[in-house]
Amino acid sequence: MADTSASFSRSDVAHVASLARLDLAEDEIEMYAAQLATILDHVAAVTSLDTSTVAPTAHPLDVSNVVRSDVVGPTLDRDEVLAQAPATESGRFKVPPILGEAP
Amino acid sequence: MSPDPRSEFPSAVETASLVRSGERSARAVIESTLERIARFEAELHCFNLVTDVDALSAADAVDALVAAGKDPGPLAGVPVALKDNMCTRSIPTTAGSRILEGWIPPYDATVVSALRAGGAIVVGKTNLDEFAMGSSTENSAFGTTRNPWDLGRVPGGSSGGSAAAVAAGLATVALGSDTGGSIRQPSALCGVVGVKPTYGLVSRYGLIAFASSLDQIGPIATTVADAATLLEVIAVHDPADSTSLNVTRSRWSTDLAEGIEGLRVGVIEDFLADAAPGCQSGVRAAAEALASAGAKVEEVAVPSLMLGLSAYYLIAPAEASSNLARYDGVRYGLRVEAPDTAEMNSRTRAAGFGPEVKRRIMLGTYVLSAGYYDAYYAQAQRVRTLVARGFAEAYESFDVLLSPTTPSAAFPIGEKSNDPIAMYLSDLFTIPSNLAGHPAVSVPFALDQGLPIGVQVLAPALGESTMFRVAAAVERAADPMARGPIEPRAKTNS
Repeated sequence: MADTSASFSRSDVAHVASLARLDLAEDEIEMYAAQLATILDHVAAVTSLDTSTVAPTAHPLDVSNVVRSDVVGPTLDRDEVLAQAPATESGRFKVPPILGEAP
Repeated sequence: MSPDPRSEFPSAVETASLVRSGERSARAVIESTLERIARFEAELHCFNLVTDVDALSAADAVDALVAAGKDPGPLAGVPVALKDNMCTRSIPTTAGSRILEGWIPPYDATVVSALRAGGAIVVGKTNLDEFAMGSSTENSAFGTTRNPWDLGRVPGGSSGGSAAAVAAGLATVALGSDTGGSIRQPSALCGVVGVKPTYGLVSRYGLIAFASSLDQIGPIATTVADAATLLEVIAVHDPADSTSLNVTRSRWSTDLAEGIEGLRVGVIEDFLADAAPGCQSGVRAAAEALASAGAKVEEVAVPSLMLGLSAYYLIAPAEASSNLARYDGVRYGLRVEAPDTAEMNSRTRAAGFGPEVKRRIMLGTYVLSAGYYDAYYAQAQRVRTLVARGFAEAYESFDVLLSPTTPSAAFPIGEKSNDPIAMYLSDLFTIPSNLAGHPAVSVPFALDQGLPIGVQVLAPALGESTMFRVAAAVERAADPMARGPIEPRAKTNS
């Protein structure tokens, strides 16, 4: 089991922020470093419990998978959907360059 | 003392009956609700948007059905407020977040279609903690809703706008969503009835997702009968939601008359110790009343329920961090421009999300990250199994369980807003039902220093019929002055 005694350095928090795609300011990084440690300390009652004989919950109720016939049905109107996008071109969502290449 | 304002406010059942028989027009009902909104909305801030024009035209459509001799539905003409995390076609839906400000959904949530089919009329979209993350509405990007019982206090949350609107008579009923108590906790704090149905009973198609293994839509009302009637209208099987249960539709509102003779009621003793004296005495008085009405009442220890809060604060943020990945500035909502897409994503999310949402995304991303998944998320899901087992053992001896809904009555605005742990603790008694997928209802029961407190009735999965019967018995024993609708009050008479 990983070490769950919580303490966060600036770089730990910055790493999590980059995984979460959050461009946090310096003061936010400091605040979350302290708060995440406090919250994880608080849940230690759960992380330290012996659950070796307990199966994790996959679904709160005893139900089985839902399947449907693979047939075409109505979908949302493309123009109505695209009208809500920040930028579009030729019926598609438009984004800035990825992988450092110009479009 | 002014006359009891409740006499001016027919229940949803009474309103629908008047409208269906043609005694009162839906237009007159909606006009009177819109007048009340105009009078009190500025001081309460229940709504992010009042849909007055659409509501009046929907009312005219209901009146036309009545005039034509057609069935206008079981909730004909009933004003309903919708939590602003349920999608409404052509009507802005914000989830209380800047990242969705101005977004106009291209479709209706299934509950919105069901309400319309039932004749109910949406009067507005209610304020909430951003993405339903919070217990006070203080996390809304659009301002804090105030509690009609004391304008200096929070209405609870995250469905605080819906609960406050019903409590102040700005809507006859409302819909909220409940991930860890977000319907029941504000209902308790505002003196109204709030129901978290069995997981899967109400479709979540069009509900903006927070934590998908926990989220459930449910009714808020001033009476148990109204809540049961509203649940009958929205509990439809929906192929568009893979978690939607395909079960026979029940008539919970007519089951209420059956009484509670012989039912076994367990009072959860583990919760009593953590409740304020007023909440403890409320539950004990409710338990005595149930015993007098013929139930067998005993205290029961269910210690594993106390693990629920900690498990929840690992599971819910983990699921939220995944669900909220979709707000990336590409397909809808806010975009902050940047030279490349990854930077655009990061700047958009930093600008669009508020502090609590960022906190939960950070926490959730951390507990799901490489090396920590088993220690946190998988472990929390095992503890979740222990909570479910605790309930299962208790339900071998009891039909329903009873507890306070919250550890205390409504708290002052600002009191817990800088202390995440203190805020999270206000959901201590409501979270276990979400973890287990069970239904529970909060019923306004008594006043504690002028503020309402709620009694929670918990039942096993699909135990709504028994749950509503016991809730109705609690309601019959309750102080009628402890429930809305009321005139908004500047300060409690404590």
